[in-house]
Amino acid sequence: MFEMRLYLLQRLTAILMLPMVIGHLATIMYATRSELTAASILERTQSSPWLVVFYTGFVILVSIHAPLGLRKIMGEWLRVSPKLANRISVLLFLGFLGLGLRGVWALTGGTMS
Amino acid sequence: MSHLTVRIWRGADEGEFQDFSVPMRENQTVLDVVSEVQRTQDQSLSYRFACRVGVCGSCAMMVNGKPRWTCRTHIRSLKSSVVTIAPLRNMPRIKDLVTDMSGFIDKWGKAGNVFESQRDRGDAPALVDPSSPMRKVADAAIECINCGVCHAACDVVSWNDAYLGPAALNRAWSLVNDERHSGKKETMMAAMGDGGCGNCHSQGNCMAACPIGLSPTRSIAGLKKMSLMSLLGGSDA
Repeated sequence: MFEMRLYLLQRLTAILMLPMVIGHLATIMYATRSELTAASILERTQSSPWLVVFYTGFVILVSIHAPLGLRKIMGEWLRVSPKLANRISVLLFLGFLGLGLRGVWALTGGTMS
Repeated sequence: MSHLTVRIWRGADEGEFQDFSVPMRENQTVLDVVSEVQRTQDQSLSYRFACRVGVCGSCAMMVNGKPRWTCRTHIRSLKSSVVTIAPLRNMPRIKDLVTDMSGFIDKWGKAGNVFESQRDRGDAPALVDPSSPMRKVADAAIECINCGVCHAACDVVSWNDAYLGPAALNRAWSLVNDERHSGKKETMMAAMGDGGCGNCHSQGNCMAACPIGLSPTRSIAGLKKMSLMSLLGGSDA
């Protein structure tokens, strides 16, 4: 049943991400219409709390969804043992979450240094 | 008379292909060819068959890399003068073309394949409406005869030893749609367990290979939907 719950989690995150991927692509197209510089993009994103909420959600969903898929690929194609695949997946989840939220933090104008 | 080159697997898991030459005939199935080799060239060749007319499902083998009923596969339909015949994939090999199917059959049990009824012989026969949606779904899946072709065709079975496989899950699907079956909950629990329907990638190899055109892929998709609904607390399984 554990596998089925993870299966459900992966499908639910996929459903939620579908409109977000479209929103993300639309944002990229919009953001790159004018001259593309980090400063010009940050100028716009830093003034939008909506983007922060959107990308925080998106990052969390990706961090759940992607390791679940990679976990299956590790087991089926690379013959990684279930225990090791689980551990790597947890590390991937934490990695994606950390890097993603760090990116969102940068959107708001925050810096780590 | 022209001849056909037949490459037949000899041995068990360890072994090699052995080449035979058999006269090409107007009407000739792969099973005819295997029988001809066994009768005229090497009596030690082991293989299984029973009915020879596509009813029993015991003569399934890999023919040119694809799992097929050899009795229903005409040599001329292969359009090749070399035919490679090997035991069914995804099963341990016993000898030559004979596989050990016990693991395959055990998986049927693990998928909750046993029909349970609360009725006894004193009760009147159950009235099942053949046109009801549930019965139609069950009927679409019910003609399976355990030949193992879909199991041999499935890549997920080859990757994941725990996966129950298309035939066992197709059986589970026909049972959960049988209104007389009283063990639906147990069948669903087995079908959505760790080796169950969630492992299927919907590649459709089982559906493409099934000699009688069943679609285990569709049955497994039905099980997935039912599993997800029951986990979400919607309709019960």
